Amino acid sequence: MTNHWTDIKNANVIVVMGGNPAEAHPCGFKWVTEAKAHNKARLIVIDPRFTRTAAVADQYVPIRPGTDIAFLGGVINYLVSNDAIQHAYVRAYTNAPFIVRQDYAFDDGIFSGYDEASRKYDRSSWVYELGPDGYAKVDPTLQDPRCVYQLLKKHYSRYTPEMVSSITGAPKEDFLAACKTIASTATPDRTMTSLYALGWTQHTVGSQNIRAMAVVQLLLGNMGMAGGGVNALRGHSNIQGLTDVGVLSDLLPGYLTMPQEKDKDLDTYLAPRTLKPLRPGQLSYWQNYPKFFVSLQKAWWGDAATKENGFAYEYLPKLDRLYDILTVFELMHQGKVNGYICQGFNPLAAAPNKAKSSEALSKLKFLVVIDPLVTETSNFWRNAGEHNPVDPARIETEVFRLPSSCFAEEDGSLTNSSRWLQWHFKGAEPPGEGKTDLEILGELFDRVRALYAKDGGAFPDPIVRLAWPYVLPRAPSPEEIAREYNGRALADLPDPKDRTKIAVKRGEQLTTFAQLADDGSTAAGCWIYTGSFTDKNNMARRETDDPSGLGLAPGWAWAWPLNRRILYNAASCDPTGKPWDPRRAVVRWNGEKWVGPDVPDFKLDQPPESGMAPFIMNAEGVGRIFALDKMAEGPLPEHYEPFESPIGKNPLHQRPVASTNPAARIFPDDRAALGTADKFPHAATTYRLTEHFHFWTKHARIPAVLQPEQFVEIGEALAREKGIRQGERIKVRSNRGEIIAKALVTKRLRPLTVAGRTVHTVGIPIHWGFEGLTHPGYLANTLTPVVGDANVQTPEFKAFIVTVEKLGVA
Amino acid sequence: MTLSRRQFLKLTASGVGATSLGALGFAPGRALADVRNFKLASATQTRNTCPYCSVGCGIIMYGLGDRSKNARLRLVHIEGDPDHPVNRGTLCPKGASLLDFVNSPDRLKFPEYRAPGTSQWQRVTWDWALDRIARLLKEDRDKNFTVRNAAGLPVNRWTTVGMLAASAASNEVGYLTHKIFRAMGMTAIDNQARV
Repeated sequence: MTNHWTDIKNANVIVVMGGNPAEAHPCGFKWVTEAKAHNKARLIVIDPRFTRTAAVADQYVPIRPGTDIAFLGGVINYLVSNDAIQHAYVRAYTNAPFIVRQDYAFDDGIFSGYDEASRKYDRSSWVYELGPDGYAKVDPTLQDPRCVYQLLKKHYSRYTPEMVSSITGAPKEDFLAACKTIASTATPDRTMTSLYALGWTQHTVGSQNIRAMAVVQLLLGNMGMAGGGVNALRGHSNIQGLTDVGVLSDLLPGYLTMPQEKDKDLDTYLAPRTLKPLRPGQLSYWQNYPKFFVSLQKAWWGDAATKENGFAYEYLPKLDRLYDILTVFELMHQGKVNGYICQGFNPLAAAPNKAKSSEALSKLKFLVVIDPLVTETSNFWRNAGEHNPVDPARIETEVFRLPSSCFAEEDGSLTNSSRWLQWHFKGAEPPGEGKTDLEILGELFDRVRALYAKDGGAFPDPIVRLAWPYVLPRAPSPEEIAREYNGRALADLPDPKDRTKIAVKRGEQLTTFAQLADDGSTAAGCWIYTGSFTDKNNMARRETDDPSGLGLAPGWAWAWPLNRRILYNAASCDPTGKPWDPRRAVVRWNGEKWVGPDVPDFKLDQPPESGMAPFIMNAEGVGRIFALDKMAEGPLPEHYEPFESPIGKNPLHQRPVASTNPAARIFPDDRAALGTADKFPHAATTYRLTEHFHFWTKHARIPAVLQPEQFVEIGEALAREKGIRQGERIKVRSNRGEIIAKALVTKRLRPLTVAGRTVHTVGIPIHWGFEGLTHPGYLANTLTPVVGDANVQTPEFKAFIVTVEKLGVA
Repeated sequence: MTLSRRQFLKLTASGVGATSLGALGFAPGRALADVRNFKLASATQTRNTCPYCSVGCGIIMYGLGDRSKNARLRLVHIEGDPDHPVNRGTLCPKGASLLDFVNSPDRLKFPEYRAPGTSQWQRVTWDWALDRIARLLKEDRDKNFTVRNAAGLPVNRWTTVGMLAASAASNEVGYLTHKIFRAMGMTAIDNQARV
């Protein structure tokens, strides 16, 4: 989230699209209710299904799964056509005035630089035109035909209300009513918040769904404002934290990126990541990349990381490709992966196309599962009849199952979607011989390291020289690790204002990432977490005061970065440093420095009239309506059909390659497994129920009783068409497999008219499997396709196609 | 004098026995009506957060056992933390039944091993399992580690064993997982955020 849960109460308009917080995040959703009750907020819900969030909405608009960009493109068109934008904000704080290079183009669904053979873009034309001074050119009048604002206007002029309605199936008048409410927040004293979750990310255009809303929010001047922002609700208790500490194949902690093969040495690696300002006087905070990176290397390799050896840069692996989970399962399926470790992760249920995953796991030599619970993955070799029809005798994988503690049995911090690191405390022992994950990791690594120290082997240096300063080498404590990612001084650090003085003594914990250095004098394992564990554990703070009344809760736990509760909050002030809306004053310039109830997201002593803009992580200092070369499929979000589309063809484009996301990667076997609309005519989407969490709570008695049996939701019209009655068993098939479940016939899924034809949507809740206390069921991913978002490879669980067949009475 | 249950718990936690308070007429109605002592009054309270969705609701866990050396803490109740700025003491149907997750009959209790081609688990010791896993990792890494690519550049990567990290593991676990497996040269590291 750019903002945070409690902040929702400050909104005037709440758009929930790509999420269903009333059911999936019930205790966070109370702040929507709060905004409605006490701030007269209007709630707009845009969803294929009339969810419980929709049930309390002021406006509900149904759309076909996978058409969010068509809808939001229409919103953008409405805002610019009706001049419903916050002009001063757009001019000063976005890249609307920036001039784009002359050879940038867009034609029939394809941006300039496309190579169809590789399905990749040469993105070199998607950048600003630079002046002789090296800075980007701008036109503050927004009139230049090649300025971002004019390109935006032109791009979305195709997204007329009629086109939106035709693609999405949303009734035109409902769409326009939603636009009107959204446009009401273009004034400085009204804000809109956007709440989304997996309903936006699990698409081949997932990242661009979010980008489209970012564009809307920038046009409306809602970024940085209390009650504004683009807010990822997120699906699990600590995927925010796991992402922050970089546990992804292409990341390092703190959103540093893994070196690629071409980054042959430290300087080559650092140069393109150390961003110089693109406009005069901008902060461009990534200029400090070398400080963050060198401090990480010092945290990992300590004295073995020296200036002479490029701070052990050689120790890091260099990527030749992306090793995301879809790639890894593809490689595993090809027999190119020998071992896999699943720590609290159940990929047989969580990765797409169960049949492929099952075959892939069967080709492993060994599988290690570390989990508090029995999972389908650990038992993938077990024959569970129709729900897991495998032959154990033919599966040669050796499998280890190691019992780990759960949340109640350990100390540590989780980062919620508000970016709050909340420390939790152990209140019980794990059952039996269960151990904490830290103990399991410590025990395992200590053994591996001992083997390398004794016997040698392939490049043992990064293993045997890994900094391991823990008092009990086989059981590092959570506090030791937290201190390490926070960081400490390895030498006395001078005061930058008076270098004769010492600001931080050697050995002391750091209090801000501004203290980090690129000369090896600091160590910090995750720079954005610096400040979380100083001389005390700030994550354990539980002060309930809220002096501003805006719900910032500054003394509760600790929010990254620097305990800041609202990101980009300097944009909540006008270019003179005065809050756009005095009732929402989170920071302000007092003539000498930036102050406020929140931690200012700006250089504290930088006067606003200096021209430094508030989006300090961007080299140009402003928010990006035009994403430059940062996105795989284009600088402006464009509607592409899901890879499995019930209408087959994209109504916006003629070229077949531009029907679906032209830059999305799909492996040949996965493409062959796609179905077509003639055989699978219905749109399908997966979802969660309020009684269950993923595949865990089927192991807990009360949730298992509350929702004991698998069902599939269909609308009344489809039920009538197929002669299916409430509670009858039905078979749902995709081109990859089939599941059998009870039919839940509701008014919540209604047929939509799309491109002149009727499209039904089938809703598939995900929570059952062949393990647990519920009735056994099919894993829902038996049906889903293996193709991911073009930027981050999140699989398209939320839009695919199926057919439904009546089986008769259960 | 009327006391909310929480105030009552605070009072009892500050050292005055529940029985004597009850005798003074200070107990809430519910507790007086109980035949035996209110179980939570003598429980140890521990602050934690819900491990399910990403709201991060505060919870209070009530355990029997006083944290003394040989007492094994056992949870008997979990409820929302009323001080928490977001959930303000409330929990959803999942969070309200967290105790059933902690005490699920499907919790794993011992290290187990499934041999190739067989159809059952066998109980093994931690030492046996971890020694064997460590050896399997080393054997595979030594065999398949790429020191240099075709162009002769140092790449130091190990692509044949992968790791999926937990979505509810703590930041400390995630960080240490990352540190260990990157140091081994592993490229195929992901977590639930990818899907």
